[in-house]
Amino acid sequence: MAAPNPALSRAPATGAWWNDRRVRAIFYQMVFLAILVGAVWLLVGNTVENLRARGLKSGFDFLPSRSGIPISDSVLDWDPDDTFGKAYLVGILNTLRVGVLGIIFATILGTFIGIARLSNNWLISRLASVYVEAVRNIPLLLQLILLYAFVTRTLPDQLDPIVIGGGFFLSKSGLMFPLLKLEAAHYAAGAVLLASFAAMVGYNYWAKRRQDATGVSPPRLLPSLGILFLPALAVFLVMGAPAEFDIATKTRFRFIGGGAVAPEFLTILTGLVIYTAAFIAEIVRSGILAVSYGQTEAASALGLTRGRTLRLVLLPQALRVIIPPTTSQYLNLVKNSSLAVAVGYPDVVAIEMITMNQTSRALEAILLIMAVYLTISLSISLAMNMYNKRIALKER
Amino acid sequence: MAVSDTAAERAALGPPPATTGFLGWMRKNLFSTVWNTLLTILCAYLLILILPPAISWLFLDATWSEATPEQCRAANGACWAMIREKHRVILFGRYPYDEQWRPLLGMGFLITLVLVSCFRRFWRPWIGLVWAGGLVAFFLVMWGGDIPVSYRTAAVIGAVAAAAFGFTRANAGGNARSLFLWLAALFGALALVGNSILRVLDALLKELFQIEAGLGGLSAFGLGIPTGLSFVPTSLWGGLPLTLLLSIVGIIVAFPIAILLALGRRSKMPLIRMFCIGYIELIRGVPLISLLFVASFLLPLFLPRGVEINDLLRAQVAIIGFSAAYLAEVIRGGLQAIPRGQFEAADALGLSYWQKMGKIVLPQAITLVIPPIVNTFIGLFKDTSLVSIVSLADLLLATKDMAIADVNWRAFYAEGYTFAALIYFVFCFFMSQYSQYLERQFETGRRKRR
Repeated sequence: MAAPNPALSRAPATGAWWNDRRVRAIFYQMVFLAILVGAVWLLVGNTVENLRARGLKSGFDFLPSRSGIPISDSVLDWDPDDTFGKAYLVGILNTLRVGVLGIIFATILGTFIGIARLSNNWLISRLASVYVEAVRNIPLLLQLILLYAFVTRTLPDQLDPIVIGGGFFLSKSGLMFPLLKLEAAHYAAGAVLLASFAAMVGYNYWAKRRQDATGVSPPRLLPSLGILFLPALAVFLVMGAPAEFDIATKTRFRFIGGGAVAPEFLTILTGLVIYTAAFIAEIVRSGILAVSYGQTEAASALGLTRGRTLRLVLLPQALRVIIPPTTSQYLNLVKNSSLAVAVGYPDVVAIEMITMNQTSRALEAILLIMAVYLTISLSISLAMNMYNKRIALKER
Repeated sequence: MAVSDTAAERAALGPPPATTGFLGWMRKNLFSTVWNTLLTILCAYLLILILPPAISWLFLDATWSEATPEQCRAANGACWAMIREKHRVILFGRYPYDEQWRPLLGMGFLITLVLVSCFRRFWRPWIGLVWAGGLVAFFLVMWGGDIPVSYRTAAVIGAVAAAAFGFTRANAGGNARSLFLWLAALFGALALVGNSILRVLDALLKELFQIEAGLGGLSAFGLGIPTGLSFVPTSLWGGLPLTLLLSIVGIIVAFPIAILLALGRRSKMPLIRMFCIGYIELIRGVPLISLLFVASFLLPLFLPRGVEINDLLRAQVAIIGFSAAYLAEVIRGGLQAIPRGQFEAADALGLSYWQKMGKIVLPQAITLVIPPIVNTFIGLFKDTSLVSIVSLADLLLATKDMAIADVNWRAFYAEGYTFAALIYFVFCFFMSQYSQYLERQFETGRRKRR
């Protein structure tokens, strides 16, 4: 037979080596790499030349030198004689402060509004919808600027504040609130509380073991609460239950005492919470709707109480839908806190912008800003991914 | 004792509670339980606290007619006279006052383009040509002056036209289409390096044959076609047209980049995949404001000396880079929803990678994610307000620094911001309604719940 057996010929049907997919893949990647390296080379070359032409220095050697920046609102003690490095740290802490508080308050408010939207009370669900639609469709920056103008222009002067009650005063210069005067009793109660928390975790672990072994589940909620709070309360009462508050009081020229937050901080925190809560509300609503009613019926058919249905059946399933988008909302909140620069709150962006103006190291300042947000973003998404993996559907 | 059911007792019980009509509706929706009743009363109390003062400020005590700031202050309500006075500066920024019909017309073009694109029956390849024409018209009206026609603009126009024509012939068979795409690439290359080629040719001719061809002069050849309008540089553009331009051009240019990034992220070539993942995660990990800073402070450093790039284009580049990363993730979601069988079937037909993606996978994937793409656009539309931080006179900055900064009207900041907020709201609200409408049309909701 003259016809060759195709199975015997070793050459692939396509023939030439340049038609081999792997060879082509390597070739394409080489070309891509060459273009990339060329582009980076060009950028770096241009940048170096431009910096030289403008007589600018580069490098991070400015960090340990005196900054001279006035920072009004700082977690650490701040003096304009401190270094740019410390200013950077102050900025990071300010960003984190807004981020953490914002996440906590936005989660609480967003959950309430999300549930309110599903309420069978017409009035409250309508109000929640109006809130969500109004807030989501207006740029955050506009809301922040409007809020800041309201706080600093329309609110009354510091000497004539709006009295909220309970030692809270609201004025142009921010919010004043009462501070608890800390005494030995508070520290002791706090220490006992920590110890009781460990005990509570231990009790729940024992209860779980017992339920697995005998099928009878010991009561959990009440004993847990008892273990957690009773010892601390007892210690607190025994030590005399001191509860003296340091309340801001008016003198002739200003208020003294108490705690206070600056109007800038108040604005950025309130703005971020209001904005993010609207998004979280939508996520919570869709998460609850995603659990079908059959699950509730099945749970009650199994004889679970309403509380256990919620805790063991509905919540775990809803959380699975809620957590991933909520994570990205948390990330958005932290990233949006960079808009603090528009209302003058000294977050890391604002401080690095001042640094940039004073040292004319634009590249370094922007890199420092990006490094902070990238670190925060990556850590939040890492932590959330771990949590998400734990609660994710265990599929076979 | 037996339960008696006398007429007297029945009369004493009264009629059953109404379940229809206004009272019945109230009973069912507002007062069904004690808890509900409490909530209703609380909400109603809050509304009574807030609504009447709000309404009297917004409408009843407000000054609607033309008025001086003093008259407004006396009226004790919202000063809409301020908007009457300042609406043009809010809407159009620093654009020359007598020429403001031009941004109005340009804005009309953009809005018409968006509205036309909302209809599914117009989702055809030729809509690309309509968009190209609309955008050219927008820039013509906004810029005015003489249209510079050099060989480079001609090459760019040729490239765009060939590409557009190539894409509209998508169904006409492979050869015609790839011919046009090659033509587009050729014209594009000419636009980029044509100058240098001409200069080198010129030098060669002079060196070898002592011919003074003057080809170098050809590259500078420029012809102005007068539009009959005065020239207005981009530094004077502002207000709503600028906001619309930044977001619309942002999403259009970002779209092809996003497709490439999304495909690259799923590519089997590790180098390309790593680059795409790195780009997407980097951009999504930092706030837009830092990218705008990069564009306005670092871009001039990155470019060769002597190359100037105007503020508007810088911000536009940042917005494109930003939205490309977010869009890429949306499109990746669509790609992941396409079943494996589609890829395998395309492979079995012997389609090349680009044929497989372009003809089989991407059309399905993108249709699937149109509602989230609209949502991305809404986010982008709101995010363009950040360009005000790098001093671009968009709607927000025009309101803040041009209208409200006026000493006479400073006190009426709330009115100015309310007006700007209302404009943003109207656009975003309708787009989100549209996205929800599309979602119902595609029934992606049902698919998600499964």
